[in-house]
Amino acid sequence: MGTMRTGRTPPRVGDGPFFRRILIGIVLILGAFLILAPLLIIGVEAFAKGWQVYRDTILHPDTRHAIMLTVLTALVAVPVNTAFGIAAAWAVTKFDFRGKAFLLVVIEIPFSVSPIVAGVAYLFVYGLQGLFGPTLDAYGIKILFAIPGIILASMFVTAPFVARELIPLMQSQGRDLEEAATSLGASGWRTFFSVTLPNIKWALLYGVVLCNARVMGEFGAVSVVSGNIRGQTNTLPLHIELLYHDYQAAGAFASASILALIAVFTIIAKVALERRGAGRVRPAVNPAEKTA
Amino acid sequence: MKIRLDHVVKTFQTFRAVKDVSLEVQSGELVALLGPSGSGKTTILRMVAGLEFADGGHIYFGDQDATDIPVRDRGVGFVFQHYALFPHMTVAENIAFGMDVSKVKREKAVIQARVTELLRLVRLEGLGDRFPAQISGGQRQRVALARALAVDPKVLLLDEPFGALDANVRRELRRWLREIHTTLGITTLFVTHDQEEALDLADRVVILKDGHIVQQGTPEAVCRDPKSAFVMKFLGDANMLSAEVRDGRAYADGAVIEAAGLADGKAELYARPGDLDWVPQGGGIAATISRVMDRPSGRRVIATTRSGVHLELDLEAERTVKSGENGFVTLRRAKVFPV
Repeated sequence: MGTMRTGRTPPRVGDGPFFRRILIGIVLILGAFLILAPLLIIGVEAFAKGWQVYRDTILHPDTRHAIMLTVLTALVAVPVNTAFGIAAAWAVTKFDFRGKAFLLVVIEIPFSVSPIVAGVAYLFVYGLQGLFGPTLDAYGIKILFAIPGIILASMFVTAPFVARELIPLMQSQGRDLEEAATSLGASGWRTFFSVTLPNIKWALLYGVVLCNARVMGEFGAVSVVSGNIRGQTNTLPLHIELLYHDYQAAGAFASASILALIAVFTIIAKVALERRGAGRVRPAVNPAEKTA
Repeated sequence: MKIRLDHVVKTFQTFRAVKDVSLEVQSGELVALLGPSGSGKTTILRMVAGLEFADGGHIYFGDQDATDIPVRDRGVGFVFQHYALFPHMTVAENIAFGMDVSKVKREKAVIQARVTELLRLVRLEGLGDRFPAQISGGQRQRVALARALAVDPKVLLLDEPFGALDANVRRELRRWLREIHTTLGITTLFVTHDQEEALDLADRVVILKDGHIVQQGTPEAVCRDPKSAFVMKFLGDANMLSAEVRDGRAYADGAVIEAAGLADGKAELYARPGDLDWVPQGGGIAATISRVMDRPSGRRVIATTRSGVHLELDLEAERTVKSGENGFVTLRRAKVFPV
């Protein structure tokens, strides 16, 4: 027997050392310039004028209000979209009905439509010159340039997130588990909480995390419907833009660092959830098992 | 519990899956619904379970009209083709599920005792703490059965119960299911596309085709007296020869067989490989052996007739035949169906 030659892989197309170095080099350089550098700049610029300025910006009433408004928007939009996402995924994957394909397309629309378009559409529907604007105005209900408009626009943009995570998973799981639970005497609610939810929980959490990140970061649609009233209808992304245009670069970067921090937490949560979802914690949660 | 289906119809969009099926299953009987895919057998089972509602007709459990009772309240035990075990629950939790969600409240200890009893019945003592992904296919199948039995169903329904298992496990589980049925005496209806499984296991076999029942009876009755060419072919290997009926006899390529009661004219003659024999001289259907396949139980011979029809014969292991040999195929028995 000769010496063992382990760790050798047969050459594949484009696997030459020259090609490999070039490719890895390009990816590294582009990654550094496109993603890493801007993120670093945020951190550096936020503290460019010292800790005191950073603290003042964060504690400024307008910034605090913007943070509060962003959190409030998320607190309303995320649960509503989670409920919508579960309901939509359930309807699409567990029932047969006419217009199912159409519903799938409708769910996807906010992904393909530019957020600005969504914002403008809201103007046309709820604005004073719009469809329901005069009626709402007559009753003293203010939607546009107020918090309801911001929440509605955020919900529109992020509507697909949870549903998109759940639909493929629930499709692969089929209806057998729910049918088994009902045949054993479980009610609809019991079936959902004891059987459906435990099998989709990681995908659901992942969808919620992504949805939350997008709600907090949404700029386009919100900027159209909010009216940019400082201290009243400014969310964090809008506040950043305002500070930047006021030549308060340090303030803008300080506020941006908060959003960046949220993004970093989102990524960490996402990775953690994906690991659990992949079944590393409990061997049993494995939808692929069924087809094996 | 006796089950009765009365002119049941089910349509999916435009496809008529079940067309006017009437069927009775006696209390304590073990009945197989046998048919090729698309014959409506699973749809019938799901309607009995209440997982689908019939578009027409009635389903009775005993004297009660169960047609519109939802699955939750119907009191059936259903074993799914892929078991549908809850992957996030242990084997014991799976079995206890029906008792946990039941409207009849049970003490924890009572549920525990019942789970232990069921685990013993399905011979899985000690595996209660495993998750479904940690046990074998055959074991999962038995957990699914234990789970279905836990709520004392009036009727046990099984959809292709052994479909996903390999041949040896399947045969063993078949015998075991038969024993359980004898012990519990529960009315059982199961769906299969495997003739051998249906014939081995069932008291009575119901053969379906395109949403109709084409024949039903004991395994002996359907095997010995298939009423149509479809049943003949579906139940096992069958050779077909074009035949001509004259005066109560069928003539096919030199072979003659009784066909009493059939009208004169064209017909098809069907014979099982074991119903044919091979003689070097004498008479019968002149043919040449084109291939001999040896099997543990004997020799399968393929003989080609003058008119180019390939016939399959089962001969005893001791017979010396080889390919290229000329001779005659004789008929021991056959079925003749008019065309």
